[in-house]
Amino acid sequence: MPLDLFTVGDPIADTKAPMDVPIGERWSTRRFRARLVNPANRRKLTVIVVGTGLAGGSAAATLGEAGYKVKNFWFHDSPRRAHSVAAQGGINAAKNYRNDGDSVHRLFYDTVKGGDFRSRENNVHRLAEVSVNIIDQCVAQGVPFAREYGGLLDNRSFGGAQVSRTFYARGQTGQQLLYGAYQALERQMAAGTVEQFARHEMLDLIVIDGRARGIVARNLITGEVSTHFADAVVLATGGYSNVFYLSTNAKGSNATAIWRAHKRGAYFANPCYTQIHPTCIPVKGDYQSKLTLMSESLRNDGRVWVPKERGDTRDPRDIPEGERDYYLERIYPAFGNLVPRDIASRQAKNVCDEGRGVGPGGLGVYLDFGDAMKRLGRPAIEAKYGNLFDMYAQITGEDPYETPMRIYPAVHYTMGGLWVDYDLQSTIPGMFVIGEANFSDHGANRLGASALMQGLADGYFVLPNTINDYLADGPFEKVDDSHPAVAEALQEVQGRVQKLLSINGNRTPASFHRELGRLMWDLCGMERSEESLRKALDRIPEIRQEFWTNLKVSGDENTINPTLEHAGRVADFIELAELMCVDALHRAESCGGHFRAESQTPEGEALRDDENFAYVAAWEWTPEGAPPVLHREALEYEYVHLAQRSYK
Amino acid sequence: MTATREGATFASGTATDPAMAPHNMTLTLRIWRQRGPADKGRMVTYQVEDISPDMSFLEMLDVLNEKLILAGDDPVVFDHDCREGICGSCGLMINGTAHGRGTSGGPTTTCQLHMRKFKDGDTIDIEPWRATAFPVIKDLSVDRSALDRIIQSGGYISAPTGTAPEAHSILVPKKDSDAAFDAATCIGCGACVAACPNASSMLFTAAKVSHLGLLPQGQPERNERVVNMVAQQDREGFGGCTNIGECSAACPKGISMENISRLNHDLLGALRAGARPKS
Repeated sequence: MPLDLFTVGDPIADTKAPMDVPIGERWSTRRFRARLVNPANRRKLTVIVVGTGLAGGSAAATLGEAGYKVKNFWFHDSPRRAHSVAAQGGINAAKNYRNDGDSVHRLFYDTVKGGDFRSRENNVHRLAEVSVNIIDQCVAQGVPFAREYGGLLDNRSFGGAQVSRTFYARGQTGQQLLYGAYQALERQMAAGTVEQFARHEMLDLIVIDGRARGIVARNLITGEVSTHFADAVVLATGGYSNVFYLSTNAKGSNATAIWRAHKRGAYFANPCYTQIHPTCIPVKGDYQSKLTLMSESLRNDGRVWVPKERGDTRDPRDIPEGERDYYLERIYPAFGNLVPRDIASRQAKNVCDEGRGVGPGGLGVYLDFGDAMKRLGRPAIEAKYGNLFDMYAQITGEDPYETPMRIYPAVHYTMGGLWVDYDLQSTIPGMFVIGEANFSDHGANRLGASALMQGLADGYFVLPNTINDYLADGPFEKVDDSHPAVAEALQEVQGRVQKLLSINGNRTPASFHRELGRLMWDLCGMERSEESLRKALDRIPEIRQEFWTNLKVSGDENTINPTLEHAGRVADFIELAELMCVDALHRAESCGGHFRAESQTPEGEALRDDENFAYVAAWEWTPEGAPPVLHREALEYEYVHLAQRSYK
Repeated sequence: MTATREGATFASGTATDPAMAPHNMTLTLRIWRQRGPADKGRMVTYQVEDISPDMSFLEMLDVLNEKLILAGDDPVVFDHDCREGICGSCGLMINGTAHGRGTSGGPTTTCQLHMRKFKDGDTIDIEPWRATAFPVIKDLSVDRSALDRIIQSGGYISAPTGTAPEAHSILVPKKDSDAAFDAATCIGCGACVAACPNASSMLFTAAKVSHLGLLPQGQPERNERVVNMVAQQDREGFGGCTNIGECSAACPKGISMENISRLNHDLLGALRAGARPKS
């Protein structure tokens, strides 16, 4: 790899997991060895939590209950709006309520394998252990999970798992879990342990003497930029799928908090690991502002196909059976339409690349319920999928009971994120990162119903235990705006806001965002190659250059100004996109959601290169002009043996 | 902005099947503009052209805002986020109905209302939620933090992290669990308040009182919860409930009036049992 793109620094390692005991005892051992903070002293310690999703909301509530002084920041009007609310399918837990052979070890094993052997065994094992506590906690809060007639909790199998370990609340599991955390959080706000900063956006991290000591935030209503200090800072600001502009994330989801922290010294791990979900409603027009996911459960009864002939524009109902290619059933006779997300997505791309895609622009495949309707009857289909069919009809104006749905993959989740150790602490002491914002548990591919599990594990059970060990050294020396590092951070943020407003060019933030997103989708999307990534790396600096000379933001800074907010986020996405491409280029293997065209089996499946790439790539930011520095964290597999995934 | 829809080939980004693609529309928008809470506010008229029937209502507003930004004008501020009908951020009065229910033909969120429900040449009135308890921040964006404070006053079960018993030790009859879920789907958008002639938040409060009151876990705090939440909504300046039902008709999640009956039942029971709101 040429040296101009990056340099290689010292290896990095997690030093917090107690490796002297077997994996099943490591979490309890870590909890025992971590120092505690006396309840009376907790009142003297302040923790800033940024974000109120499953991770941030549960962490802020739990730290408040523990007696810390919590300052909670979020950019929405209410904590209940965080994008966790949109998760549909469910949450995994190794309860083994179905007596079907599930266990903590099996959930651990499935998750490491599903992550294509690019996650840390210790973290994943802890996640599996804690999963059972999450369900208990949520039930006690009143989360209305689906139940059996006898009053016990119902489970389903999800995302290709061979056991039924997924707990769910119809198609709105994320919403119900989030409201559980939100209610716990509101209770702490009423109790005065959590101070709220609604409609505030974190724009920088304050680091003093090597420790994270606060944030710079902008009040989105008044435009006021202010500093906030604490003994520790927790980032729970979600993923960065919106670097692609079109994704299933909410419009406001952004990478600014983690990117600014990265530029202050936090390493960014595996930025190229992105998950593309196969069952989304296809793009319709240039005006399109976001993509809508439809639950993966549709693949249980729907059959995926495209016409055998290229450019066949007949009405799908007029295409005879013999002229249809049910390509997933053809290529994967054992798993058929139920192959994992990354495989289903890539095959959809392949048939569209062959010119056999359907709908506008040829970017779509059919998901056909015709056979299921004949076999089960319309009422059964309505009962199972009614809400999804209605949603599809509302968005597309087509009736999926009459004509096959059209679906296409869309960016959905980012496995990469800020590097953290076993304590969930970043490379900046005192800054912790939880939920999708960190990189920890999913390796190169996340399994269905595992995101909710990780967010709540981090927020309710992991962080509140590990952060004590750090805070036991506090309270730290008082700081205020007079400190040079604080003044510098404040000035930098204010200067940037001024700069964005003063360029006065000819293109809106959305126009740059769309261009960047299209480029990332084409060149660093479902399939990446050295050629495509080099092209992207040539083009991104040009976009950045034009952004800073030809941006147009109207309105002013002293009032609510969504265009200004968007401009700042796009500026950060542009920089992050470049690091994603460098990471994707350096990782010359395929693994999970990262498919490199040069690294595939003779059958066209992802081919890992364990000899050269069984590591976490943790990137260090270097000042303007200098290439990023790669720090490798070696991944050791003591309990799960490395193997090639096969779904044939 | 949309691309042309004629012809058999479609560049990426054009709309559906040519045979079924209706023509793009030109619309007149009359939008409430208000610089801040102190400003009096007024309706301002805009024209938008080339609006595709496949756009969502918010995408149509994006098109307008892009034009305004390039012209150096202040874009229209409105709240939105997930654009899939679940976060509860968006909420506009469209032609006088909450979330445009009158146009869509049934309850929806604003983000799930699509332009195919409108006709070329239509004039559309767009206003913010109007209620004393929801002061306007700017243009179409209002402050709904009063709803969070109602939750703070008692809309939770006190279950500190780590104290929970094994999940299966609490049995919940399926019908209670399903009814609790139906109430718990409220997304806190505030359409109920906007639709109510009294600007009452009763449906919002009742949904939470029902969700928690239907579950065994919610029993210990049931009486205090209902009296405190009702007292809080009065303090916030919401109007009283007179059982008109506009709230439920406008609710994008179909929260039923039955929840209000349940709240009234619980409130009477709690008061009779001696529960009094915290002052």
